[in-house]
Amino acid sequence: MAVTQVFGARVRRREDPRLIRGTATYTDDVTLPGLCYAAFVRSPHAHARIRRVDTSRARSAPGVLGVFTIQDLEGKVNPIPCGWQVPNCDLKTPPHPPLARDKVRFVGDAVAVVVAESRAQAYDAAALVDVEYEVLPAVVDMEAALQSTTLVHEDVPHNRVLLWSVKGGDFGAAAREPGVRVVRQRLVNQRLIPNAMETRAVTAQYNPGTGELTLWVTSQNPHIARVILSGVLSFPEHKLRVIAPEVGGGFGSKIPVYPEEAVVAHLATRLARPVKWAETRRENYLATIHGRDHITDAEMAVRPDGTVVGLRVRTLANFGAYLSTAAPAIPTILYGLVLSGPYRIPNIECEVTGVFTNTTPTDAYRGAGRPEATYVLERMMDLAARELGLDPAEIRRRNLIPKDQFPYTVATGITYDSGDYARALDRALEILDYPKVRAEQAAARQQGRYLGVGLSTYVEICGAGPSKVVGSTGFAGGLWESAVVRFSPTGKVTVFTGTSPHGQGEETTFAQIVSHELGVPLDDVEVLHGDTDSILMGWGTYGSRTTPVGGTAVYLAAQKVKEKAKRIAAHQLEVSADDLVFENGRFHVRGAPDRGMTIQEVALQAYLAWNLPEGMEPGLEGQANWDPSNFVFPFGTHACVVEVDPETGQVRILRYVAVDDCGRVINPLIVDGQVHGGIAQGVAQALWEGARYDPAGNLLTGSMAEYAVPKASWLPRLECDRTETPTPVNPLGVKGVGETGTIAATPCVVNAVMDALSPLGIRHLDMPLWPERVWRAIRQAKGGAA
Amino acid sequence: MTGVRVSMTVNGVEYTRDVEPRTLLVYFLREHLGLTGTHVGCDTSTCGACTVLMDGKAVKSCTVLAVQAEGARITTVEGLARDGELHPIQQAFWDEHGLQCGFCTPGMMLAAVDLLQRNPNPTEDEIRHALEGNLCRCTGYQHIVNAVKAASRIMGAAVGAPAGGE
Repeated sequence: MAVTQVFGARVRRREDPRLIRGTATYTDDVTLPGLCYAAFVRSPHAHARIRRVDTSRARSAPGVLGVFTIQDLEGKVNPIPCGWQVPNCDLKTPPHPPLARDKVRFVGDAVAVVVAESRAQAYDAAALVDVEYEVLPAVVDMEAALQSTTLVHEDVPHNRVLLWSVKGGDFGAAAREPGVRVVRQRLVNQRLIPNAMETRAVTAQYNPGTGELTLWVTSQNPHIARVILSGVLSFPEHKLRVIAPEVGGGFGSKIPVYPEEAVVAHLATRLARPVKWAETRRENYLATIHGRDHITDAEMAVRPDGTVVGLRVRTLANFGAYLSTAAPAIPTILYGLVLSGPYRIPNIECEVTGVFTNTTPTDAYRGAGRPEATYVLERMMDLAARELGLDPAEIRRRNLIPKDQFPYTVATGITYDSGDYARALDRALEILDYPKVRAEQAAARQQGRYLGVGLSTYVEICGAGPSKVVGSTGFAGGLWESAVVRFSPTGKVTVFTGTSPHGQGEETTFAQIVSHELGVPLDDVEVLHGDTDSILMGWGTYGSRTTPVGGTAVYLAAQKVKEKAKRIAAHQLEVSADDLVFENGRFHVRGAPDRGMTIQEVALQAYLAWNLPEGMEPGLEGQANWDPSNFVFPFGTHACVVEVDPETGQVRILRYVAVDDCGRVINPLIVDGQVHGGIAQGVAQALWEGARYDPAGNLLTGSMAEYAVPKASWLPRLECDRTETPTPVNPLGVKGVGETGTIAATPCVVNAVMDALSPLGIRHLDMPLWPERVWRAIRQAKGGAA
Repeated sequence: MTGVRVSMTVNGVEYTRDVEPRTLLVYFLREHLGLTGTHVGCDTSTCGACTVLMDGKAVKSCTVLAVQAEGARITTVEGLARDGELHPIQQAFWDEHGLQCGFCTPGMMLAAVDLLQRNPNPTEDEIRHALEGNLCRCTGYQHIVNAVKAASRIMGAAVGAPAGGE
């Protein structure tokens, strides 16, 4: 394919040929000579003391190479650290041992590991490990856990992980203002299971001759994994190579470093055999992080004209049994600081209590804190509108930050980069034909049909930076990004990025940037990522940072290449660099288009080094490490129409309109795909998905057969449109788009269902809006037994 | 455990292997034949990532024992392209951005091939229902549906579309 435009080209993805031919290599596809397999023995109890582990039967099972418990790992595999220790919140960081020591804290907590010649032998032998447990009472419910004498960690009183707050303005004073009404609601944001289609896996190989340990890991951030694992294993970082090969989705669940990765890496060194572990889906449900799980009491103070003057929220956030890598940041800075959304709210107070329970640890799940904040805000906007008799579109419009007020600092202290929020709202209403839809709703109500219209106006914060600001929030790393753009002597280009895309398509988007900037054909650009041996440093793919931060680094590296190439061309053409024009991949002398050199010719000269400017080093590559000056803030409005069947409680989405603004768009096809997938996950939270535990801490939704990952037939055709408001934060003007759909969709759908049920006087129902829950509410509202 | 001998034709090549009787077809393909394009995504036959064609019909290869496939003709994702040329369903998934992480894609494409064999010109609803046994977490399915429609057009054109066809 020819040279592409950097913006707006619907280029087919370059990742796809290997994926559609079945020749991509995911971690479980890696095969090595002498490979053996690990299987973990997991606790069937949510909370129990380990009295005794008898591994003798397992050891003598066919094919078994070893059975290991925490005692075997003492001094060899250190506890798994938490990588985001948010300050000033009394954060408790009890150790997370690589295998359970003394007691197990959730169903699925790993107690022992078996290694055998084959996968089946490993599982067979794992079933022969006899663990004697003394079952303890479990704490599952967050409110109960805070009161309970049962402690998940003995040194964490009240099971309280943290107490975090942010305060801007004075909510109490605003609420006391004459005429102001305070709208209150308790909102449950249920626990979700990420369900990347590829479960976690690790393949580890140790070479005693070189001392190199190589890990193939299902990771969204192999360099972070390397840093953490070198510490956990006390292994020299330069001898540790982490490769994230093809990764089958993550949605946050492959950010953390997990115990299994450290244990399998250690076993490869210990046995001097390559070892593979691939999680079963059952294990994925138990031992891979979950997301969300908040209970929030929210109060919104609003004037009679709909002006919101204050928001106060108190939130309980469930951390599960251990602190996962980024967990403390999710319900605090990525939640509380975002509560102003797209609105001018002068007084905001947020207090978050984190709670340990005997459940699977939680961490970032697509959106990570921002969907929780947006859900609270957008539900409260609708409840306030209803209380005041205002149209939901109107109350939003009255409170949106006007486009001429950017950069805009909200009450929680963060500064938004750019936006035209009203335009996105107007566009969504226009596509929906809002007045017509409202008229149809009124007519339907006359016929006893329950149609509802839902809106959600949101702002996302993503592409986190600068590093010193993120560091001040306790993140144990930087959030800049690296890029190398390197010409080969024959004029082909290799791009090395520290981001680690796993479905988001940046092998294509970044190639578009380079193809455009350097004027080389798209097919002459290769984008590499996900290998700590070839990429100097990187922070990975999450938080919608890959294109705004990683893409900017690629762009800047390409500029450096262009600058050097220009100096070489000027030297060889014997003109001043200022006299050169760069057009279509060729430098030529201004006014003399015949006198020129293609950038490929320059590349060859750069490597031959026969005739370079005095003092210039040979070669043609550029490296850039980009640390953004601020986050970027995509925004938009989603709108939908639903119909509720009062006989069954079934919700059907009749229309779904999404207007998103992620700044300038490089590849509209890929952006559409990101938005679609995000909406599917957001809609699914509203209507179908929810992890449930019984009081003993058993995960009742323990497989894909019990947890409702949406199917094609459940989802409507989505109507997507965009506005484009560039960000001044980076030279490309791009914002992230990986999470917008998830953030916007959940409250949009819930608002629509509550709107549909409003004639019955139903004010709020908690998610997921399962038919049974809706049907019971309808029945109760109509005066029947619930 | 005593092995049993299994023979089957996979992507046009005949294979014979000695396997444990409990070996699932998906592990036979992945670990005995090295055809790792077929994926394992769950353990409840829910996700469809392991879908292959067995004697022309879509099956979840995690739910078929290798011994049950004795003598069968199996088509996996690696067998879709012919002489290096992409199958229309592969071409359409590429053109329509019908995949992101790619993990569900092999199974999704084979389920779609099964549909298009039974129903060469499916409606959007028919496509969405036919793919109910295959989960995708990335795409929200819209581009997958577009891809199946596009493949149906390509395949219809290849055999000579009937009057009224697109």
